[in-house]
Formats: sequence, C-alpha cells, structure tokens
Amino acid sequence: MRCQRCRGDAVVEVRRHHAAFCSDHFIEFFDRQVQRAIEDERMFTRDDRVLVAVSGGKDSLALWDVLRRLGYAATGLYINLGIGGYSDDSHRKTVAYADAHGADLLVADIPQEFGMSVEELARATRRVSCSACGLSKRYLFNRVAIDHGFTVVATGHNLDDEAAVLLGNLLHWQTEYLARQSPVLSSTHPKLARKVKPLYRIAEREAAAYAIVRGIDYIVDECPNSVGAKSLLYKEALNLLEQASPGAKQSLYWGFLERGRALLGTQGVVALRACVHCGQPTTAEVCAFCRMTERAAERMRVRRGGGAGAPAAAAPVGAAGAPDAGGSG
Amino acid sequence: MKVMIRHQRREVEVRGRRRVRELLVELGVNPESVLVIRGAQLLTHDAQLGDDDTIELRPVVSGGID
Repeated sequence: MRCQRCRGDAVVEVRRHHAAFCSDHFIEFFDRQVQRAIEDERMFTRDDRVLVAVSGGKDSLALWDVLRRLGYAATGLYINLGIGGYSDDSHRKTVAYADAHGADLLVADIPQEFGMSVEELARATRRVSCSACGLSKRYLFNRVAIDHGFTVVATGHNLDDEAAVLLGNLLHWQTEYLARQSPVLSSTHPKLARKVKPLYRIAEREAAAYAIVRGIDYIVDECPNSVGAKSLLYKEALNLLEQASPGAKQSLYWGFLERGRALLGTQGVVALRACVHCGQPTTAEVCAFCRMTERAAERMRVRRGGGAGAPAAAAPVGAAGAPDAGGSG
Repeated sequence: MKVMIRHQRREVEVRGRRRVRELLVELGVNPESVLVIRGAQLLTHDAQLGDDDTIELRPVVSGGID
C-alpha cells in the first residue's frame, strides 16, 4: 500500500478517508485533524494555558504530544486513582513522557488526599468503579485547573469514545445528556473551566497509531475495572458497522454535531452555584464529590467501630487549596 | 509465524505466507479494533507475512470512559 501523498510505503490506512499514509504524512494528517477541531469548535488559542488530563494511555499522551508540537501551552495533569499496579504503571509512563520531552506535569493523588482509592470510594458508597472514578477525575480536573489558573481542560476523548457515548444516549433516549454532548463544554460559572476534546475528529485506531509512530510508550493494558463496561459493547458494535461501512462512526457523531444537537435546544443548560463545603460549582447545595467522600468517610468510621464523631478515615472532605500537585519534569 | 494477541493474552503459531487481512479473518479479529505490528513497524492490511515473522496484534479499544 502506498502513501497517498508521497507514494512511499504506507504504515497506516485510514479507510474512512479512502487514504493511507507513510509515517511523516500520517503525522501531518493527524496534526491537521486536531488543528481543525480546535479551530472549528473555537476550543482555545495559543494564548490560553491548557491543562491536559493525562492517564498514561494512548489518547491522552497523544493529545499532550500533539498540542505541544503544535505550539500550545499544554501542561499535563496526572491523577493517581490508587488502582494498584495499573496506577503505578500509568504514572510511570506519564512521568517518563514528561521527563523525555521536558513537559510540565502536575500530579494529584486521591488516596493521599482523601484517604482511600477510587475503588474504596466506590465500594463504600455502593457505586460502580467507573462512576466513582469519573466523578473524582472531573472534580479534580476542574479544581486543579481553577487553582492553577488554567483557562481550559483538554481530555483525550476520541471519535470512537464520543460515538459510543452518543450511541448509548440514543439507545436510552437520554435527551438531556444528548443536548449536553459536545466537543466543547463552555464555562458557565467563574469556578468552572472550559472542557474540550481536541481528538474528536481522530479515530481510536489513529490515536494508537500516532502514539506508536511517535515512539510514545503508553500503557496498553486496560484499567482492570473497565471489564464489562457498556462503552466497550457499544464500541464493538460500532466497529462492526465501521468494518462493513468505513466512515460510519464519523457519520454518526459528526452528523449529530452538525444537524442533530440543534434539534435538542437548550435543555442541557443547568444553573450552577458553589458547593457549601468545597466551593466547586454544583447544581446542589453540596457537590456530588463531597457527598461521595463524606459518605465513604462515614462508612469507614462505622466499619472501624468509631461511630459518629470519631476521627475520619478520609482527609477533610473537599479540602480547599490545590491537591498534592508538584512539578515532575 | 508467531502471533501475540495482546487483548486475549495468548500467542498462536500460524504456518504459511499470508497477508495481514487474511490473518485477521482467520483469527476472527475485527481490523478496526487492532493495530498490527512487526518489530516496531506498523503494518497495513495488504502487508505480506512470512513464517519467520513475530507479529503483535495490539488492541486499540479503551473502555470504561464515562
């Protein structure tokens, strides 16, 4: 197979674009798609300070890498979730990337700050792990961004992620979620950072190919808690469609962005106020993260026989100030 | 050739020359869900494979994203 640009040996085929590329021209294709996403959706400019949520996986490391190469001021944020060896490996890969490329990295540590891992938080509050994990990450992404003066938080959600979420929302006609699904979530509160997904034009396979072509050492193994996740089922279904009909995923998601979301109006817009405990924006009096950590701390007290009023197992909930963030390369 | 299927944590031995796309069909793997790697090199679906090759099928699908 030949590169469609230079006729050299191709290494990546992009069937949805009827194209194949050599390494150099694949990087050029990738850059163009990301740049277009940033500009089309007005995500940020080179004057913005961008906080990139980095997990050590292919998507987030690829995002961090491409933003830095394109000249954006991108600082990484790694959150230690306390998921045993998986968290150790993902932390190592993230630090290795930062050290090798001289990239700025902040680190937040959930077990250290809140006294328990996301798995323990999930167990103590009878949530599924992905729910406790997602809630914790969203909370810390925003808090670290606001505390450190970042104007925008970028995550590595790719075309496949967004198409899978869309399929899930459509299957259950979650109209409020559908109305909110977007590559850009604007700031609607002084303490809410804008959230953007610059890889929404990039297929998951292309993000992995980018990481390999760029020589980025990422964590290949999946989070042990993701086994059986619904998103994997939706992705499998979408990949069957994509195999038979290249471009199916982009047609579904980009078509939704161009034509579908306008039909849903503004039902996704909600009024926000400051959480009375931590000050982070929330729709309720106490934010969902504080409620979760408070409940978990209370359960731990009861389990240890302390009862109400005994010393908390977790650190003060929603403690003000920055998480345990430090430079690391 | 030796084929390491990362996401199934298994390794299979396959005999005879064939193209990447034929190998994936034989193994029942959707080409959208993996990258095929020989050494450090990515392979396209028309690449020819031989008995002496060691191939990695690397999954590209991440899950659990909320």
